[in-house]
Amino acid sequence: MKEEIIVSGRMNQMIDPHLNIWHWEIPLYLFLGGLAAGVLFFAALFFINGKENTYPTAVRKAPFIAPIALIIGLLALFFDLRHKLYFWQLYTHIRLMSPMSWGAWTLMIITPISFIWCALNIRELFPKWDWNYEWIKETEVFLRKYQLVLAWAMMIYAMILGIYTGILLSAFNARPLWNTSILGPLFLASGLSAGASVTILMSKIKKERKRFAEIDLIVIGIELFLIIHMFMGFLASTEVQVDAAGLFLGGPYTMAFWIFVVILGMLLPAILEIMEIRKYHIPAFAPAILVLFGSLMLRFIFVYAGQVSRWLY
Amino acid sequence: MRYAMAVDTKKCVGCSDCVVACQTENNVPIGFCRDWVVEVMAGTYPQLEIEIRSERCNHCANAPCVRCCPTGASYFAEGGIVLVEPNKCIGCGACIASCPYDARYPHPEGYVDKCTFCLHRLKNGLKPACVAVCPTKCIYFGDLHDPNSDASVVLKKRKFKTLIPEAGTKPQLYFLI
Repeated sequence: MKEEIIVSGRMNQMIDPHLNIWHWEIPLYLFLGGLAAGVLFFAALFFINGKENTYPTAVRKAPFIAPIALIIGLLALFFDLRHKLYFWQLYTHIRLMSPMSWGAWTLMIITPISFIWCALNIRELFPKWDWNYEWIKETEVFLRKYQLVLAWAMMIYAMILGIYTGILLSAFNARPLWNTSILGPLFLASGLSAGASVTILMSKIKKERKRFAEIDLIVIGIELFLIIHMFMGFLASTEVQVDAAGLFLGGPYTMAFWIFVVILGMLLPAILEIMEIRKYHIPAFAPAILVLFGSLMLRFIFVYAGQVSRWLY
Repeated sequence: MRYAMAVDTKKCVGCSDCVVACQTENNVPIGFCRDWVVEVMAGTYPQLEIEIRSERCNHCANAPCVRCCPTGASYFAEGGIVLVEPNKCIGCGACIASCPYDARYPHPEGYVDKCTFCLHRLKNGLKPACVAVCPTKCIYFGDLHDPNSDASVVLKKRKFKTLIPEAGTKPQLYFLI
């Protein structure tokens, strides 16, 4: 038996609550960033494939969610900073070893791209839109000429953004639950799933909704595979990782993770989508809302549980 | 130059004088500390073993906090001391999440704060406050590149360990066992 008494200790957030450094702002941003990445990825993908007219919602309408999500996410990030007035220091440094620096610069690029994409599709929302100034009209003509290049950039940066939301956490070897490279692909998949759900929610075309339900189904399958893979990796690893995985396997976050993320966020929407594809009458918004909820919960549960996990010494 | 510290777990009585000395010397805000005492009791009564450790930032040679800082506010100063430059720190908390020793805290003024090995005292030829105040003289400090420094001498004589070396941080806080 080993008993540990901490006289005046840190190393334990039960004693030092400030060690739980990240609160709702970070998971909210990770969710919105992933969602924006998903929406922009599908918009770019189907534009490049020339399916703009088959899936008009995904290419032209859903991207309007992206800049809104990114701006709210950025505000949440700003809110999280404790030394707010120094935030500009992020943009006077490039730190290749710091995922957060990568993220800051990625956002600096993808946010303007998402605004430009929306500006090019503004007539989708306001058919009589007129830019008024000649130079804006000329810029629009120029950008439209190179929209394919823009789409490629948008697709690549959307993937970087989606993966980065996971890598931000997985780069911390001090928190064993986060310290798995599965987190990058898992958060990217979750973001793509959320992006597909946004399109399903906004689309009025049955064929498009069905197509995105199929895409969503495949991505959910990948997510479930990655989650199983993650636990296999943890349980085959050292005591530190086994202890971290225990947070979801009998520990305090077990119910939250399996019920909110896996059952409500993945299995139930997957079943509903299969029924929908099999031509049962399922309200299309139901699986989409569940996926968005699950995606949000995934970020919240991982951010909070990760901060509890630690090296054992 | 490579500053390091060695704490004698056999001599330390866990009085926490080092904690108070640090808080006073460095004007640490109330409710926080840059160093702390951990007491590990192992075994079943009456066969008990106790280890008392005065812990602080390990000033790792491969510091995850320096690596993950997005603005370069966390950096290696002279002798490998890990410092934070408050005017560069945005208070994002990445370094706090990245430290396996939980040695950092968010200062109420917004930046992240931590042990500095009392660099301001070293520059005046003094020892860090925790070392100077220790009533059992169980903390040894010095330059590992100088074979005659207190830390070098004691690490040559005694068995020692570091905390979670498997985390790959190359910690420079040694515990004599």
